Amino acid sequence: MNWKRLLKSAYPAAIVIALYFLTMLLLKVGLFNKYYIQVMMFAGINIMMTASLNLVNGFTGQFCIGHAGFMSLGAYGAAIITTMVFDGKNIPALAQTPVFLLGLIVGGCVAAFVGVLIGLPSLKLKGDYLAIVTLAFGEIVRAILRLIKPIGAARGMIGIPLYSTLAWILFFMTLTLFLLKNLIYSPYGRAFIAIRDNEIAADVMGIDTTKYKITAFCIAAFIAGVAGGLYAHVLAFIQPDSFSFTKSSDFLVFMYAGGSGSLTGSIVGAALLTVLPEVLRFLSDWRIAVYAAVLVIVMLYRSDGLCGGKELPFMRIKRNSLYDKPIFPRKNGKNEPAGSNR
Amino acid sequence: MCRLRFTPAGTSPSSANKPQLCSTRRLEAFQLSTILQYLIYGLQLGSVYALLALGYTMVYGIVGMINFAHGDFLMIGALGTFFIAKLFTSFNVDGTYPMLIVGVIILMAMLGTGGIGVGVEAIAYRPLRNKPRMIALITAVGVSMFLENFPRALSFIGPNPRSFPTLFKVVRYSFLGASITSTQIIMITLAAVVMVGLYFLVNKTKIGSQMRAVSMDKDAAALMGINVNRVISLTFFIGGALAAVAGICYASVYPQVEVYMGAWLGTKSFIAAVLGGIGDIRGAMLGGFIMGVSEIFATAVNSTLGYAVGFIILIVILLVKPAGIMGKLTKEKV
Repeated sequence: MNWKRLLKSAYPAAIVIALYFLTMLLLKVGLFNKYYIQVMMFAGINIMMTASLNLVNGFTGQFCIGHAGFMSLGAYGAAIITTMVFDGKNIPALAQTPVFLLGLIVGGCVAAFVGVLIGLPSLKLKGDYLAIVTLAFGEIVRAILRLIKPIGAARGMIGIPLYSTLAWILFFMTLTLFLLKNLIYSPYGRAFIAIRDNEIAADVMGIDTTKYKITAFCIAAFIAGVAGGLYAHVLAFIQPDSFSFTKSSDFLVFMYAGGSGSLTGSIVGAALLTVLPEVLRFLSDWRIAVYAAVLVIVMLYRSDGLCGGKELPFMRIKRNSLYDKPIFPRKNGKNEPAGSNR
Repeated sequence: MCRLRFTPAGTSPSSANKPQLCSTRRLEAFQLSTILQYLIYGLQLGSVYALLALGYTMVYGIVGMINFAHGDFLMIGALGTFFIAKLFTSFNVDGTYPMLIVGVIILMAMLGTGGIGVGVEAIAYRPLRNKPRMIALITAVGVSMFLENFPRALSFIGPNPRSFPTLFKVVRYSFLGASITSTQIIMITLAAVVMVGLYFLVNKTKIGSQMRAVSMDKDAAALMGINVNRVISLTFFIGGALAAVAGICYASVYPQVEVYMGAWLGTKSFIAAVLGGIGDIRGAMLGGFIMGVSEIFATAVNSTLGYAVGFIILIVILLVKPAGIMGKLTKEKV
């Protein structure tokens, strides 16, 4: 790898780091307050959730509408590790980071394991029916969490240490996007897209659709689990009801408003729609009504989402380096492979 | 956003700190009269689910989209009834209304909610009819949020729950040890009449055969001279009207109306529609009653279980019959 390529692939990370330092500077100067920082943290978590949902819905074409279920599993998994297994508030500062990371990984793994379990029925069910099963899954997880006494049942879990900082969230967000970008825009990822576009054709072409569908569910669930872990350590309080279908539909809205099948869309959708209700706070009672109206108008006039199927340059891999064909067919019909002799 | 969780009446978890009472309650659950009592509650809740599920299933069968805003039509129906009943307050005798006035109130609520259904379809869903289905679904989520939060922001409605007026004189009958009120009898009967009426409308009338034709093939139906837009508008109108009846049924027995009441009822009725086989009218009725009865029985054991049992039944049934009880699996053609 030469220097130029390294620099090129590193500049998105540089943007994130610059964003972080800019925020910290503004916080020091006094233009930003803690509230802004928290909104940014939620935006980062929502970007992770939306991007992972996009892997399942936007790129693999399976309809998962219970993504908050994975998030709750991750949140509870991580919170149990940091709060109950290790007494997170009373351990030396040096041990906090490993405990936090362990919690996130455990949360992610729990969610991923369940993700595989949910991926299995996706072999048998298609489209809307699969969507309903994932919805039911999210609600069952919530109902089960409400029943378990040691983790607070319906009252929720309190006393979770406040480990998540903006830096951690931005780090995991960048890592997620980097991994998803490299996964999706790779030969492996083309299998996902093939399944989305035509499952039978993909099967005929020798793609093991079962394997790829379960992989997609598993990876998305893992990321959602980690995001859930981060979420738990922002608020220091989690309760089963905060991971209801309303939350899942929030992520769906972020994803489709941003544009399905586009990681840039996930970033834009999640960031904009997390900030928008906060910006609209001056409307007080009318806030959510206006937000909903904006959403409907966006969907009516830009049905493909804000970034429908397109990516910013740094969110994709240069096509020529990997494939002959573009990932998204062009509209003007000039879709010939670069190497053909026609 | 907070959405209130829905718990049916008669399920107060007061037995938690009284272990002795709890065990006797468990024993009571096996007595015939108690089972009958649960069955009555189940039928009553089931008729609400079935009426809503019919709306979901008809819209799905004809347009092919999941109308997530359908639960909110129920809320509009119930809130609308509240305000219409206020208009007729001069007819109020001893806290109840004469039968004729009740009929007028219900009819007005049905017409109004149906009209709102038609309006929502024309504004939000019609432009997206040829777009991918998920787009319409997200729009439906947006519409649902709007329908909940717009009335919430209006000063004369607001977020506070209101007590629903008693429309009928409440008379309590005893039947094999179980008690049933006149409201419950009237509401279950009303739901049954509406459902039978709908079944005949779809299967025996000309407009019904138009609806079935559109649900089979929109383009072919249009070629045969059927006005597809009109049929779809009518479907939304009927869905809205049924939701209004469901709202009145629900609010008469659990007499509280507020703007978020439709959210969970909507989700559960949708589950009921899928359970029965979405797109099939008999399936929606069956699914609704299965959901209602099983929910009441499970709630008698544990209130959280009562909430989850519908979803568990759904997953089990879908794993055995992937298209629901009545649904037919369509083979994908290459």
